Amino acid sequence: MARAVLFESSLKADQIDEKINAVLIDATDVETKELNGRLRDLMLSGEKKVNIINVCGQRFIGTRLYTPERLKMEIDIFGTPGNDLAAFLNGHKITVHGNAQDGVGNTMDSGEIFVEGRAGDVLGFSMRGGEIYVRDNCGYRTALHMKEYEDKRPVLVVGGSAQDFLGEYMAGGIAILLDLQGQTHKANFIGTGMHGGVIYLRGSVMPSQVGEQVDISPINDDDRSVLDRYVSRFVERFPEIGNRLEEILNSQFVKLTPKSKRPYSNLYAY
Amino acid sequence: MKSFVFPEFQIVRDEEKCGQCRGCERQCAFGTHTYDPVADRLVSEDYKCAGCQRCVVFCPKNAIVVRPAPSFYRPNASWSREKLDDLKKQAETGGVILAGCGCDKPFRIYWDHIVLNASQVTNPSIDPLREPMELRTFLGAKPDLMDISAKEGDIEIKTKLSPNLVVETPILFSALSYGAISYNAFRSLATAACKSGTYFNTGEGGLPRDMREEFGRCAIVQVASGRFGIDAEYLNCGQAVEIKVGQGAKPGIGGHLPGEKVSLAVAETRMIPLGTDAISPAPHHDIYSIEDLSMLISALKEATNYEKPISVKIAAVHNFAAIASGIVRAGADIIAIDGLRGGTGAAPKVIRDNVGIPTELAISSLDRRLRSEGIRNRCSIIAAGGIRCSSDVIKAIALGADAVYIGSAALIAMGCTLCQKCYTGKCNWGICTQDPRLSGRLNVEIASQRLSNLIFAWSHEIREMLGGMGINALESLRGNRDHLRGLGLHEWELDVLGIKGAGE
Repeated sequence: MARAVLFESSLKADQIDEKINAVLIDATDVETKELNGRLRDLMLSGEKKVNIINVCGQRFIGTRLYTPERLKMEIDIFGTPGNDLAAFLNGHKITVHGNAQDGVGNTMDSGEIFVEGRAGDVLGFSMRGGEIYVRDNCGYRTALHMKEYEDKRPVLVVGGSAQDFLGEYMAGGIAILLDLQGQTHKANFIGTGMHGGVIYLRGSVMPSQVGEQVDISPINDDDRSVLDRYVSRFVERFPEIGNRLEEILNSQFVKLTPKSKRPYSNLYAY
Repeated sequence: MKSFVFPEFQIVRDEEKCGQCRGCERQCAFGTHTYDPVADRLVSEDYKCAGCQRCVVFCPKNAIVVRPAPSFYRPNASWSREKLDDLKKQAETGGVILAGCGCDKPFRIYWDHIVLNASQVTNPSIDPLREPMELRTFLGAKPDLMDISAKEGDIEIKTKLSPNLVVETPILFSALSYGAISYNAFRSLATAACKSGTYFNTGEGGLPRDMREEFGRCAIVQVASGRFGIDAEYLNCGQAVEIKVGQGAKPGIGGHLPGEKVSLAVAETRMIPLGTDAISPAPHHDIYSIEDLSMLISALKEATNYEKPISVKIAAVHNFAAIASGIVRAGADIIAIDGLRGGTGAAPKVIRDNVGIPTELAISSLDRRLRSEGIRNRCSIIAAGGIRCSSDVIKAIALGADAVYIGSAALIAMGCTLCQKCYTGKCNWGICTQDPRLSGRLNVEIASQRLSNLIFAWSHEIREMLGGMGINALESLRGNRDHLRGLGLHEWELDVLGIKGAGE
């Protein structure tokens, strides 16, 4: 089993001390079900902070942490968590010191996720609330069918770019792709079937890359304040990308929004 | 554009009987009847009529008859009236023809070609009024082997058992979402389920918060591709979670709850903005394979702390038995199989009437497939789609199902007449609508009583039929095809059903 090294992350020395004071789980050779059971037991016994080291492919971390009292926990993962990290997440804060795989934040309701690396496919699928920050790139079908409801407005910020089907069926929320490597956005079928929410792309996008139901427009002052808020948070959280806040915020952005909240309203004969 | 489509129905009013009370005018949300004050009489416009019979039932003088319009095109075996009318509608609108309810085409109904057995002489029949008759059913995975220890007469089960649903009768209410149906209809189903010792299924529209505490104990909560109203609390408030992959009325496609039906309360329950289309994509976009399905099943087990069985609902299609085998291996505790005649609030008619296979054939091939692979114990089968009466239920069980879902039958119990106009949101019976004026017509107490009565009556009929066969527990009938014979079926049909012909 591959071992991820604890100190490969961007933590400062004092942060590491603090982390080490938290409860430590060594996930070496621990199966998914057992690991998540241990996390749940720790939460129920009142622990607020847990570090899990040597994580290698264990799935659904954070998923079994719902209680009617809505206890909250902060989890730091060292290594590579498996698929569906934080699926149905209910208010917890999870940091991955490494890469994440597919399905991060699947149908999550609230909470925060930070990935100090890249994320796989179906990132933020159907998420209704909470925030996800991914330092590097992400895969296909990102922000698919993201929703929003009343005060819940999910936010996804990706430092790099995404693959095809970004924001497909998007029904709410905010997805921000910063393309910090400057490789330009190469995804196709962006926002196909989109009927809510907004996607901000730093740089530009060709109309041929974007679904029929999507409007491309320049950003206005309101958009700038949204970007300011979440990009600041991103830059603060990932100091390793350097002090690029101003440079990023002053770059060109395009905004993708749906043409209609009712894309299928004219499809039927009554 | 002038429409060339005939009215579907003709309204005949007996002017002698009509008392001009204008009840029909108030009853019809389609605006079929209007009062002409000058002539002091009611005028009816045939082309607006949905044929739901609400005005007929509620006319205090029995003055109204609604019947199929006698106008006809020149008879033509190939070009039926329905084909012509649909084609004209599409020529006029360029739209997809929508329909509600299940497939109404004359495909063979196998229930009506299967007969049941009864005891004569050698194996005495049982009178359910005098002797105990067990209909209680456990839905969920059963262990491969049961390890028990007996100490001084006390039996202890040592094997860790999977969570199971316990139903007092093998009839559950099928997934009917709040949003598709009215709050009162939804609440009536929940009330009746709790009263009758069975379960209702929330469908994909979530479970209103004010109902969770009272009705969570008899709820199966559904997770569909739209993921509406789903959070950890919702997943944990019911007794089982069902992943909806497919629906018999519209296999392979998703659903669009039109913005008009997304009222404030529906928006709250689905957790989506008011008035937007609630779009369920055709596939779950996190499920593109059996492995992905396995992942969602596991995620739901994690989210519910392994305390609830997970069901997977699929439509019966050509290769579904092999797929179902994969679903069992993916960890599903229950498979719900929905056949060709399964109902819906709205589906493209072309899909509803042409895609999928009948439930009867599906149950048998699924049961036999899982038995032949030695994994039948790992999941229960709930059969759905076109169950109309207690004999359909008992035949489904003898073909291999553990229990059945009823949807259309439950709606009919509440007043539905299968007029198929569910998608208009103007249901005069207050079932399939979000208009408070219409949904207020459905009284929860009365509707839930009608549903409980139905379950009670069917359950008793099932006991009678079981007793007649000399069987005192439903379990002994499950997959027991010896008690079935086919009438008027081809060899291949008997083969698929796994039954003999009558007289054999």
